[in-house]
Amino acid sequence: MTDSDAAAEHILDTLTPAEDPAQLEARALHELRSAGSDAELEDWRIRYLGRRGELTAMLRSVADMPVEQRRDAGTELNRLKSVLADAHTSARDALKSAAQSDARRDALDVTLPGRRAKLGGLHPSEMMMREILQAFNEMGFRTVEGPLVELEHYNFDMLNIPADHPARDLQDTLWVDRQAAQRSLLRTQTSPMQIRTMEIQQPPVRVVSPGLCFRQEATDATHEWQFHQIEGLAVDVGVTMSDLKGTLYEFARKVFGGERKIRFRCDYFPFVEPGVDVSVDWNGQWVEIMGAGMVHPKVLEGVGYDSSKYTGFAFGMGPERIAMLKYDIEDIRHFFSNDLRFLTQF
Amino acid sequence: MKLPISWLKEYVDVDIDADELAHRLTMAGNEVDSVERHGHIDDVVVGEVLSVVPHPNADTLTVVRVNDGDTEHEVVCGAPNVAAGQRIAFARLGATLNDPYSDEPDAKRKLRRAKIRGVESRGMVCSERELGLGENHDGILVLDPGAAIGTPIGEVIGDTVLDLELTPNRPDCLGVVGLARDVGALTGKTVRTPCLNYAESQVSVNDRARVTIQDPDLCPRYLGAVIEGVTVGESPAWLKDRITAIGERPINNVVDATNFVMFELGQPLHAFDYDRVVDHHVIVRRATAGETLETLDGTERKLDTESLLIADPEAGIGLAGVIGGKHSEITDSTSSVFLESANFNPQNNRRTAGAMGIRTEATLRFEKGLRADLAAVAIRRCVRIILEVAGGSACEGLIDEYPGRGNEQTHVPLTRAHIARVMGIEYDDSQVESILASLGFEFDSTHDGWNVAIPYWRGDIAIPEDLIEEIARIGGYDNLATTNLSGAIPSSAEPQAGAFRRRVSDILVAQGLHQMFSYVAVAPGQQDAVASALPLPAPLTVENPVSADHMALRSTLRTAVMEAAARNTRTWRGPVAMYETGVVFLRSEDAPLPDEVTMLVAVMTGPRTGLDWHEQDAESDFYDIKGVAENLLEGLGIEAEWNVTEAPGFQSGTCAEITTGGKNARVLGHCGQVDSDHWSRFDASTARGFMLELNVDVLEALVGDSTKGDSYAPYIRYPESHRDLALVMSLQTPVGDALKVCRQNKLVTSATVFDVYQGEGVPADMKSVAIRVVYQSDRGTLAAKQVDRAESQIVGRLERELGATLRT
Repeated sequence: MTDSDAAAEHILDTLTPAEDPAQLEARALHELRSAGSDAELEDWRIRYLGRRGELTAMLRSVADMPVEQRRDAGTELNRLKSVLADAHTSARDALKSAAQSDARRDALDVTLPGRRAKLGGLHPSEMMMREILQAFNEMGFRTVEGPLVELEHYNFDMLNIPADHPARDLQDTLWVDRQAAQRSLLRTQTSPMQIRTMEIQQPPVRVVSPGLCFRQEATDATHEWQFHQIEGLAVDVGVTMSDLKGTLYEFARKVFGGERKIRFRCDYFPFVEPGVDVSVDWNGQWVEIMGAGMVHPKVLEGVGYDSSKYTGFAFGMGPERIAMLKYDIEDIRHFFSNDLRFLTQF
Repeated sequence: MKLPISWLKEYVDVDIDADELAHRLTMAGNEVDSVERHGHIDDVVVGEVLSVVPHPNADTLTVVRVNDGDTEHEVVCGAPNVAAGQRIAFARLGATLNDPYSDEPDAKRKLRRAKIRGVESRGMVCSERELGLGENHDGILVLDPGAAIGTPIGEVIGDTVLDLELTPNRPDCLGVVGLARDVGALTGKTVRTPCLNYAESQVSVNDRARVTIQDPDLCPRYLGAVIEGVTVGESPAWLKDRITAIGERPINNVVDATNFVMFELGQPLHAFDYDRVVDHHVIVRRATAGETLETLDGTERKLDTESLLIADPEAGIGLAGVIGGKHSEITDSTSSVFLESANFNPQNNRRTAGAMGIRTEATLRFEKGLRADLAAVAIRRCVRIILEVAGGSACEGLIDEYPGRGNEQTHVPLTRAHIARVMGIEYDDSQVESILASLGFEFDSTHDGWNVAIPYWRGDIAIPEDLIEEIARIGGYDNLATTNLSGAIPSSAEPQAGAFRRRVSDILVAQGLHQMFSYVAVAPGQQDAVASALPLPAPLTVENPVSADHMALRSTLRTAVMEAAARNTRTWRGPVAMYETGVVFLRSEDAPLPDEVTMLVAVMTGPRTGLDWHEQDAESDFYDIKGVAENLLEGLGIEAEWNVTEAPGFQSGTCAEITTGGKNARVLGHCGQVDSDHWSRFDASTARGFMLELNVDVLEALVGDSTKGDSYAPYIRYPESHRDLALVMSLQTPVGDALKVCRQNKLVTSATVFDVYQGEGVPADMKSVAIRVVYQSDRGTLAAKQVDRAESQIVGRLERELGATLRT
């Protein structure tokens, strides 16, 4: 026996069971109208419809009636039971919906801004570099870094760009010390890391090297004297130009998405032969994004690799230029302006 | 290099349009920057003059009837040379022509119907100047009588010029014939090489002149010719047109002939006034110390002993392969010419030109390395042209001093296997052979490939890879396979470079900081503004900076980050919090390169949150940037100690030195308020800036090998109890010392400051500090007595060691 049923039993004792069903119905519905809470509703249910409720008692008394009255009385009392049950359900629903509309009146203004931790941001060049490096890291290329002030030996001589060679015109140099026995400069490319890597490592080699590079160059919307570059190098037995194409194809898909195609066109860089310029299809247009080629045998021999055994490919690209393409940035000078109105957009 | 298609067509048929030609050349490595069309004008066609009658009202004008192929027009014309039957350039109404009467060279005007002295004129018969072809406006341009009437004028007089940006390995393409060879190979057409024949006189050249090469290392070959009885004067129209079309200025017929051959074959030549060469003896030698030469441009040049001089027995007459001498230049009074066609050492040529500060069309070619045989071809061509345009007679034979004979590589072996090894695909023999042949390469078959002769115009071919590139670029890269690297991924225990820096960045960005990148070279003065007080050596400088603002290699990141933060306060409303990680350069006495140390500088200034309905907008202060630093250090797993210090660049009494603590404490960096004098120099709109500087290399060394993790400690399962201490202590005593005392007790697991108060109820010079101390043991639940004892030990030490008292 539940607590509520016990309470109902008590109520029963106080009632006179002399009413007829119609009177009971009128009284019950009247009382229901004044029930204003869940608890009052429950009390009402127990009083009339509970196991020991009034209607239940009346139903039970049908058994004591004469046989000929039982059917009519039973029918009547069952109708009454369903009337009261329905009335209870609708009273409960009404109460619930009233409560909900009260709650809605006190609702939070969810459109007010939240309490936010401050959000910072990576520089777009860094974002672009991370993306590119990750693409190559996934293909087994390890990231290596080198000095920004570099020896002429690594930046030029070992890359098949000797002094007084016209190829030096392709990269106007910012010199740090031209008088020293070992002349130093601000590196014009990340390619010296090819040499530094191969000097200390035997094939197979697979590295990517990101970092700042510098050129003695007038600055405008498409030229900066300081910029980032990412260099890649793979040397092994059996590395071919077709592998270069496949590797860059995979890179283009990882960074630019979809079934990107890439296209080679012949170009000249002293430390590769054959040398190519690489374009990616960008909204139906071929856009040049990097220089590449097969490592020049002189470069391999220079670091003591056997060029009749090993071949390699190298490539280099500018993360800022790729970011300009990807984010539709019109002026390369934004990258080093450090203006929050620019930086916060990435 | 400018390539006029009309000139190109002299050597190779071109039956594709200019844009397609430009595309093919570009794909094959000769990048076309632009395609310029000259002489194409809408509504100007070839017309026929039907009749010319005098103008009824003007003596100097005529009325001309013209048939333009569609209809007949009547126009008024002022030209004296118009005559019936001529083919002329006829401009229909609406054509846009150059305005011959405007002072501006490129002024245009649209042709309208006009009434001239009472006669209506419907069109115009054009002069050269109106068509933009030249300066002539004295009469109309009369076309070839065979020009078909009604043909657009561009097809008759127009030309298309490709502007090429050539790579340094292809000096042959600095000549129209060189480009024609590529065009021929790319379009399947045969190349016609220029004619080298001419008639010679009975006089042997050796009786007229002599050449001595004293420095054969710098001059492997020198050819000379003598042409007697020339008439120096203006060049004929065809030659002037060629010289003009390529962007040069016609000078005289002899000089124009040498320039023509240079632009045709890529070999620079020089013509001397034969009679000005003392003893007619040309000596090729290094200049002596202090020797000078007045060059063609009128400059007196001081030579060094590595400059190669063309001299006669008395003095220099030219700077070899760079520029000629004034004294022996070709003038109107020149009657005989000594013609030079030589081969010079490319490095020396480039060095001398660089030292003299001149780049001429000659050095542009010599510095790239020409083959010695090219000189022999070019001199014949040039003698032929001089005879044609300046008359005279050529002496019999050529002087040919060739000390470098036999030194040049003549053949390159190429194997099928080598092609496949480089390209990753195999080419049919027939394809290889047809490409080599199309480029004019001669070859013999060998058992595994070919032995390829290097043609006299290709100085860039030396190794099999050079030939493989020829095959790839002419055959096209589109049929290359797309394969993945097949070898093993190299194993390495080295971490990815930059990984630690990226970890630092990620923690800082998560705390609201924005990453920046500044220039590594700065204005020296600006760096001094903050670095003068720092114990930094004089910065390294760039010898040839892009500007004075980028001259000194930075020895600190402070300047750049402070400058950027301060500048942003003027345009950015929210919090300004920026950082950079990057290298600074420190002079190294014993190494050829400076030390590059990776530093971190962060600057925070301005409001803490920006305008926000949750809380009052407050200015950020020391504890904001300290919080960033603490999170960073904790994120990296570094325990650090903060102690007040005085440091250059920081406001007195606001700076903390951050160390690893303990006896052998290593300094990690500094954190504090930027010295207000320094800060004010950056013109910020905020009064105070706060800066954190950490040595990233030191942090990385401390963190060490990321593959080794710190051991985990099981957390304590027994309940903790906490007690709050309300202390009154001297303003001078760091709260950190009190926390340290609390934490040193072995039952204490944490001690946290939750209030610091000065003012009413607390004596002056004192502060009230509330600390919540948490006690816990891994041996069992602590009894109240145990906590009491620990607490009284702590209070005792605080009283004895720090003079703190419990607040009552």
